[in-house]
Amino acid sequence: MNFDFSDELKQLRDQARRFLGERSAPKQVRRVLEGHTPYDRALWEGVAEMGWLGTAIPEEYGGAGMGHLGLCILAEEMGRAVAAIPFGSTTYLAAEALILAGSPAQKAHWLPKIAAGETVGCLAWAEGTGNPTAAKVQTRFHGGRLSGRKWPVADGGVADIAIVVARNDAGQIVLALADLRATGVHPETLQTLDPTRDQAKLTFDDAPAELLTAGGDGWLVLEQLLDRAAILFAFEQIGGAAVCLDMAVQYARDRHAFGRPIGSFQAIKHKLADVYVANELARSNAYFGAWALDTGAAELRLAAASARVSATDAYHLASKENIQTHGGIGFTWEADCHLYYRRAKSLALSVGAIPFWRDRVVNELVARNAA
Amino acid sequence: MNFDDTPAEAAFRAEVRAFLAANATLKSASVQGTRGRGIGAEEIKRAKDWQARKYAAGFAGLTWPKEWGGREAPQLFQVIYNQEEEAYAVPRGVFEIGLGMCIPTMMAYAKPEQLQRYVTPALKGEEVWCQLFSEPSAGSDVAGLRTRAERDGDDWIINGQKVWTSGAHFSDFGIIVTRSDPTVAKHDGLTFFFLDMKSPGVEPRPIKQISGASHFNEVFFTNVRVPDAQRLGPVGAGWKVSLTTLMNERLAVGDVPRPDVTDLLNLARSLDLDDGPAINNAVVRERIADWHVKTQGLKYTRFRTMTALSKGATPGPESSIGKLVNASKLQDIASFGMDLLGSAGIVMNPDLAPYQALFQDALLSSPSLRIAGGTDEILRNIIAERVLGLPSDIRVDKTQPFNQLPTGSR
Ligand SMILES: Cc1cc2nc3c(=O)[nH]c(=O)nc-3n(C[C@H](O)[C@H](O)[C@H](O)COP(=O)(O)OP(=O)(O)OC[C@H]3O[C@@H](n4cnc5c(N)ncnc54)[C@H](O)[C@@H]3O)c2cc1C
Repeated sequence: MNFDFSDELKQLRDQARRFLGERSAPKQVRRVLEGHTPYDRALWEGVAEMGWLGTAIPEEYGGAGMGHLGLCILAEEMGRAVAAIPFGSTTYLAAEALILAGSPAQKAHWLPKIAAGETVGCLAWAEGTGNPTAAKVQTRFHGGRLSGRKWPVADGGVADIAIVVARNDAGQIVLALADLRATGVHPETLQTLDPTRDQAKLTFDDAPAELLTAGGDGWLVLEQLLDRAAILFAFEQIGGAAVCLDMAVQYARDRHAFGRPIGSFQAIKHKLADVYVANELARSNAYFGAWALDTGAAELRLAAASARVSATDAYHLASKENIQTHGGIGFTWEADCHLYYRRAKSLALSVGAIPFWRDRVVNELVARNAA
Repeated sequence: MNFDDTPAEAAFRAEVRAFLAANATLKSASVQGTRGRGIGAEEIKRAKDWQARKYAAGFAGLTWPKEWGGREAPQLFQVIYNQEEEAYAVPRGVFEIGLGMCIPTMMAYAKPEQLQRYVTPALKGEEVWCQLFSEPSAGSDVAGLRTRAERDGDDWIINGQKVWTSGAHFSDFGIIVTRSDPTVAKHDGLTFFFLDMKSPGVEPRPIKQISGASHFNEVFFTNVRVPDAQRLGPVGAGWKVSLTTLMNERLAVGDVPRPDVTDLLNLARSLDLDDGPAINNAVVRERIADWHVKTQGLKYTRFRTMTALSKGATPGPESSIGKLVNASKLQDIASFGMDLLGSAGIVMNPDLAPYQALFQDALLSSPSLRIAGGTDEILRNIIAERVLGLPSDIRVDKTQPFNQLPTGSR
């Protein structure tokens, strides 16, 4: 039994923590929050230089070929740093879609550009409210052209390419790769609760696109993609949740009220003990997800859904109780608590909300206990 | 990252499996069900037989010195053993406290000739031990105990009352903390002994629990004579010795109490609610998902702990998580399962209630899990203080002489 990351990956973690600690400190994140720039380009370039955008991309396509465990490690650090870059959209969604379903030519063309930081990617599945379901997809793919409206699309306003979920002439779900700089694509930035991450509405008006065909049924590929992304986002979530707990504990030790540190009041202690427990359970579920992702185990879907539910709940709890522990200062723009509170919610909604994932847990359990 | 055993672990696991397959009944094949109805002479005999068999096969006291019949195996082997044993319906509830807490305390403080006398018989299942700590006025705050020990020549005379003592009525020996000096601060006036439960003046009286069973007792001590040679640790150092006992609280492994989430899933699949099959009901699905996720989170937290153990770490206060999460989860699953049955949920007839009233039984037994071995609140304090490093509570009782502390009417 070795249910932990290797020493090599732990070094990667330390390196990433140092790097992001300097380059994605709250003051840098705030530049994006306050609308000075749609994402932190300097950070993006730095992350590209470190080679981290190609972590799970095979070496033959210009990546590091480290596999998904390395990406899990980096995801946690991105989460801790509330990094204001399209890391997940590009690496967990666009690159993974290409790896899963791209033709050799598509992979050879796009993956090296992604690994080098030249191409920002995103996934456009949603069309308004609701969770991922094939029935809602109305965007059409016809004769190499896309028409329809996709929103919200995480990082849709800053991405160069999108993997678009659409319906072909036969009514089947397909995945199409669209160049977002092409004519016929109209991006519109949306206002959101978490301005540290771009969200857009993408209107395709007879815009050129090519099919990703290697994966067969587009919906099945999308589901696989969501499972993988759920695990990687879970790592971002546990990273953020861990910082919230650290911040709250630190503050509770320092802040005095009624002649004693507030951390000596049981109402605070027990609350933070509960946050700790939720964080640990979420971390363990995420680790199991990492193992399943790395080995392609049969448990992947259940592991992904469990990791996602656990991490989403944990980050929500940790981020709100961090504000609560801080009292009034926690509600100010000036304190950093809200960076995590916002990110907790935007991650919670990123690839289907928690009821969607709970449902997948039960579907899997029912299927497994059928025999 | 992998779940593979090392060759040594795999060999050990195979050995355990072979032993269990040959000597125990799988839970699923057990006719007995999981219903606990007190521990009588027959249950004690079965538990003793089982312990003797484990000992003979070399699976008792895995981590203990070979000198006492142990195997000096790494902690992880105990975890592996527990994992494998979990699938079997083996007798429980008789030896856990003695072997998990009492004898380890003896091994830390007793004299060699005493160890010679007591350790192996306990390990072989010949003698049962109990832990006499809690008192009517001292549970979570066990250092607030009042049972008196007064020196009389080479002996001590013990007077007072213990309570909630699991298994006292069938135990041969016990470890006991007493107050030897009420005029000093509470933690400084305690002295620790072991004693023969058949000593004149020791009187256990079983207490009926809310489940109707009687696993624990109140134990009265009237002029009980205990030789000074049976003192563990110096006079006045009883608190330190007690901490050794409490730190040996069994590393919570493998225990997923029933009904678990799979039982609830199966129940939901077998029932129709007003709006169709229970398993299709959104609320039911939400709860099952959340409990599954907690169960898995605990399982893999345990795997992380095992990984740390195998790298030489010692189990820390982090292991409090297991009981804290499991106890409430069990209580909530039991209650929710009963809700699914509507008014019939109240019925406990084993032939009418699903799984022979597993859910109803658990509703009645689960409160004890949240209390015994450190209450939920105490565990949260432990996590907050020892894991997170938050400041301890303001204490008003640490420096004053014990006999000048204020007391409540209970
Ligand atoms: C089934 C069972 C078996 C047991 N077996 C044994 C045994 O073999 N030997 C033995 O010595 N004891 C045994 N016990 C006793 C057990 O250890 C105590 O019941 C437990 O420690 C709680 O003590 P108490 O009952 O006095 O409750 P109290 O300590 O009076 O607690 C009452 C309530 O106050 C809360 N509380 C107390 N202090 C604090 C605090 N500092 N912060 C926040 N909340 C607090 C508690 O959490 C609880 O909710 C057993 C108990 C049970 C239920």
